[in-house]
Amino acid sequence: MSMAHLVVQLLSGLAAGSVLFLIASGLSIIFGVTRIVNFAHGSFTMLGAYLTIDLIGRLPDGGFGFWAAVGLAALVAGGLGVLLERLVLRRLYRSPELFPLLATFGVVLIVQDAALALWGPEDLLGPRAPGLTGTVLVLGLRFPVYDLFLIALGPVVLGLLRLVFHGTGWGTRVRAATEDPEMAAALGIDQHRLFTGVLFLGSALAGLGGALQVPREAITLQMDMATVIEAFVVVVIGGMGSLGGAFVAALLIGVLQAFGILAFPRIALVLVFLVMAVVLMLRPNGLFGRAEPAAGSHQALSQGSFAPPGPLARLVGGIALGLLALVPLAANDYSLIVLTEIFILALFAASLHFLLAVGGMVSFGHAAFFGLGAYGAALAVTGLDAAMLPALALAPLAAGLGAALVGALCVRLGGVYLAMLTLAFAQILWSIVFQWSSVTGGDNGLLGIWPEPWASGRAAYYWLTLVLCAGAMLGLRRLVAAPFGYALRASRDSALRAAAVGLPVDRLRWLAFALAGALAGLAGGLQAFAKGSVFPALLAVPTSVDGLVMVLLGGLEALSGPLVGAAVFHGLETEAMRGTGHWRLLLGAVILAMVLVCPSGLSGVVGRVAARLTGSARRP
Amino acid sequence: MPTLKKSAPSLGFVATQALAAVALAAVALGAAMLPIVPAVAAEPVRIGEINSYTGLPAFTVPYRQGWQLAVEEINAAGGVLGGRPLEVISRDDGAKPGDAVRIASELVAAEKVALLAGTFFSHIGLAVGDFAQHNKILFVAAEPLSDSLTWSKGNRYTFRLRPSNYMQCAMLVEEAAKLPARRWATVAPNYEYGQSATGWFKTLLKERKPGTSFVGEQWPTQGKLEAGTTVQALAALEPDALFNATFAADLAKMVREGTQRGLFEGRTVVSLLTGEPEYLDPLKDEAPVGWIVTGYPWDQITTPEHRVFLEAYRRRFGEPPRLGSVVGYTTFKAIAAALEKAESTATERLVEAFEGLEVMSPFGAIRFRAIDHQSTMGAYVGRIAVKDGRGTMVDWRYADGADYLPADDIVRTLRPAP
Amino acid sequence: MTLLVVEGLSKRFGAMVAVDRVGFTLAAGEMLALIGPNGAGKTTCFNLLNGQLRPDAGRVTLEGVSLVGLTPRRIWRLGVGRTFQVPAAFASMTACENLQVVLLSHHRRAFRVWRSTRSWYAADALALLERVGVAHVADQRCGTLAYGDLKRVELALALAGRPRLLLMDEPTAGMAPADRQALIALTRALVRERGLAAVFIEHDMDVVFGHADRIIVLDHGRILADGSPAAVRDDAQVRAVYLGTSPGGRGQ
Repeated sequence: MSMAHLVVQLLSGLAAGSVLFLIASGLSIIFGVTRIVNFAHGSFTMLGAYLTIDLIGRLPDGGFGFWAAVGLAALVAGGLGVLLERLVLRRLYRSPELFPLLATFGVVLIVQDAALALWGPEDLLGPRAPGLTGTVLVLGLRFPVYDLFLIALGPVVLGLLRLVFHGTGWGTRVRAATEDPEMAAALGIDQHRLFTGVLFLGSALAGLGGALQVPREAITLQMDMATVIEAFVVVVIGGMGSLGGAFVAALLIGVLQAFGILAFPRIALVLVFLVMAVVLMLRPNGLFGRAEPAAGSHQALSQGSFAPPGPLARLVGGIALGLLALVPLAANDYSLIVLTEIFILALFAASLHFLLAVGGMVSFGHAAFFGLGAYGAALAVTGLDAAMLPALALAPLAAGLGAALVGALCVRLGGVYLAMLTLAFAQILWSIVFQWSSVTGGDNGLLGIWPEPWASGRAAYYWLTLVLCAGAMLGLRRLVAAPFGYALRASRDSALRAAAVGLPVDRLRWLAFALAGALAGLAGGLQAFAKGSVFPALLAVPTSVDGLVMVLLGGLEALSGPLVGAAVFHGLETEAMRGTGHWRLLLGAVILAMVLVCPSGLSGVVGRVAARLTGSARRP
Repeated sequence: MPTLKKSAPSLGFVATQALAAVALAAVALGAAMLPIVPAVAAEPVRIGEINSYTGLPAFTVPYRQGWQLAVEEINAAGGVLGGRPLEVISRDDGAKPGDAVRIASELVAAEKVALLAGTFFSHIGLAVGDFAQHNKILFVAAEPLSDSLTWSKGNRYTFRLRPSNYMQCAMLVEEAAKLPARRWATVAPNYEYGQSATGWFKTLLKERKPGTSFVGEQWPTQGKLEAGTTVQALAALEPDALFNATFAADLAKMVREGTQRGLFEGRTVVSLLTGEPEYLDPLKDEAPVGWIVTGYPWDQITTPEHRVFLEAYRRRFGEPPRLGSVVGYTTFKAIAAALEKAESTATERLVEAFEGLEVMSPFGAIRFRAIDHQSTMGAYVGRIAVKDGRGTMVDWRYADGADYLPADDIVRTLRPAP
Repeated sequence: MTLLVVEGLSKRFGAMVAVDRVGFTLAAGEMLALIGPNGAGKTTCFNLLNGQLRPDAGRVTLEGVSLVGLTPRRIWRLGVGRTFQVPAAFASMTACENLQVVLLSHHRRAFRVWRSTRSWYAADALALLERVGVAHVADQRCGTLAYGDLKRVELALALAGRPRLLLMDEPTAGMAPADRQALIALTRALVRERGLAAVFIEHDMDVVFGHADRIIVLDHGRILADGSPAAVRDDAQVRAVYLGTSPGGRGQ
């Protein structure tokens, strides 16, 4: 390959990195000040792009119309950011970090449906940037002027932002709040106004980033998630809250991507996540990040004490289990299928709940282990000709092993970093499954994973699932009440104190991570035989989010929460899919409602109502 | 001395457990009360239809309109099996194979459908096909392209309408072999569709034209193609010609970036699917002129069967058809024909009817092959041109699918023994 | 009998020297008060002793065993108990469960997965709570305890590991004066009874001079004085920089 090609490849990588920086800078500023992981950032990028195309159509042709549209789109995106802050985030600054994260994810879903309604399903190809449509010769090769413009824009925006943050009173306050939120509050900085301003600036940058993509690519409804995940990676690699870090990381990713595909054309899918995983393992706070203070402004995710059930609760539970065991005598095939799926989801949710609520570890990639279990069982059948039961036994083993490996690399991280690192590993695993067609079948999955004859009847498989899921969940309940569960909770309540009384905090967290993975894997194995097939989607981000929603819906503070969450979630999903085309809108609204109105979940609401009805409050 | 007993069993605990039980019971009951259809003589024939309506509306909505038109025509003409109308129970699978399988069970168990049809994505088609085999119910896959649907994962109960990956590649190879190009580079999204298309194109072209070399390949992530660097990487290979299997937004940005950087100058691009209106229309006047593509030049086909379809479709929906419209329309015409041929809704009779079934499509007569359950529906192969500010196809011809399938003895080795 | 030997202990954070060549010995049965203005390096000293920080230089031995470079967990196992400035009991657990967890850890039973925690060391836990005078809150969640009770639970937690050395970071901070005296008197009795040694950081001079056997005064990371309460009280240097002879000084 000639020198000229290498230089142009470098420039192309820098242009891509520059756009990435614009988007990531906004995300980084927002995180730095509010400590909120804002998934809706990608939606603002997408809206910025759609709005630009829309506005170009309404404004006069030519340079003025185009650039006015870009500016307006950025302003509107900023305004939407303000709206998001006022209506949603403002209520969540003190809640556990998972809540605003999920709330913004709910906003993503709602915006997706709104964009579909406004601009239709087709990809939109906007016009090129007037005045910048040409190319220049770089060492004899043509290179688009627009890309040169983008390369220049990155440092310019970085410079302007620095000017704002170091040269204005507002910027100084933002920096103070970034470095020490509590001190800033103590100094009398009006946090609400500051946060509103930051959301405006950050979201406007997202909108600008989207608007500037218009001359380069077709705008699609999938743009939001694709963008936001990459922007997250940039922010995490750079160090959360560090603008310079985001700049370096964005250019690094752009350039690595550019040269990566020359050497290994198939690496595009995993490269960014590999880089993130490596950086986080070497520098847990990113390239330019500083260690978070041990006690952040967020509450612990759960204060749950998960007391073992009393006799009455045992009785009710026993009767419920007995009734469930009798269902096949009365119900039709379809309801057995739905209930079987609910048990599987409940076990998946229970394993995640254990990790979140008992272990205090927020995982954003728990689906990886659900998928590993499913693929473990499926490969045992298709590759080793294993019978169903051995294959089912292999599922938690494979997933537990995978979780042990991943856990060893990430349990020592806390909070958002743990969430992002688990997300990265899940994405890497997903990419492997997705690409390694010869073993995993790629996106076509593995087929023919049906139960053996003795379990192939709907009722038989229902009972098998019930026994395994109920057994695993009861075992988990037992474990939570046993010394291991207490020691784990001790690490969650105060890692410092736990270590000071001789508890091996990292080992406890690691084992809990592996166990949660193994149980998710068992659920995955059951899922494989229930569906007859496995696909990469089992490991993908939406599956992880489904798990989080189920846990949240059911409530974090009760061990039966996941069961409630799974039943309600699955019921809603199947009904919504049957009835309307607006499943995303509905799911988004449900998530927002849960987070804003009843963060304690359904079990919390029911618990309170029950307590009020009988007039007997719990003991203090 | 304080007791070690915990406070009385908390109400929240009991309540949540009760709530869980109630929720489960409600789901069970709800499902149990789904309508059970009474068996009456002139009852409609129920067909279960599954597709990714919310996941891929740009493609599946034209498809839905296509089958709606077909069903309306069939029922207006007196239905099937001596006056029974077709009733389609259509469901969205949310683009998730697991959900598609659950919906398939629901359609079979609760809605008592006679057969299943639909799907767009290959993996969902394969999942439903596997379900069909396991549950012994007929499945007519409409749109999925994967070869494995009729070959390596083929089964007695699954049939497919649209020309497969292999067939469309074979059509393009015929054209590619006529080019003087010797050095080829490929670009395809990195998943099964892209991998198998690239694989077939390479194999078939080398067979047909020895001396062809493939000097490099690019495998962008579907939906996340980084246009500048990918185009530059392809240019650096200095190939004589390119094979492309990317589509949709990836294609759009690659075309734009490639045109700017001169990637396509002096090089012919052979490109899968690009001529289909679904992919061509969004490119507007930037459609890449001169590319050799498979597609559907709906505005130029003058055969009587197509003219009838075109007029009916435009009258009904006020817009031109897409390729999906033809696929949806033909799928249900074929189902009706099979029902008539089988004189029954019994699965085994329907399977036998589908094997060798001949039916008229807007593209002409097609046949569902008994040997691999693939229909012989073809595609249009031609070059892209821009007319009146939008992309269209010129110098096109209809490539009959029957001519682009391997010999029978090879096909037999590709399918698992029945 | 000498229990703890500290020699030349130093720690710097960037340009700031937090602990500068600190050295002292401690015998079993001794109560040592560590005092000094804010930022003098007292808590850093504790963090170095219990392994949360690694010293840049210096030696620490507990009955001849070197503690330098060991993890907090290991050091705890060797018999160093610690209470924290901000009480850090496990908030979601009752006082009794808190102790049970520590006892389980002490007996290396923390990884048991089957038998309910309720049945482990309940009597021992209660006895400890009773010994520090808070048996009546055994069933209350620590997150809801009154501050004074929580401080006593902290003490019980530190005792549960059967330590030979107690490190207490402001054990009486935030308590009413009468309660302070009572708590330190209790600590003193425990030290005698169990033959422990205790080091405590304290700002209440009544408590310090009323109960410590010995006092070390730290300033800017260095030992300013080390001696009996009487000697320290009379030390002119200490009076000058610390005990507030100049109004508006840094004293508490």
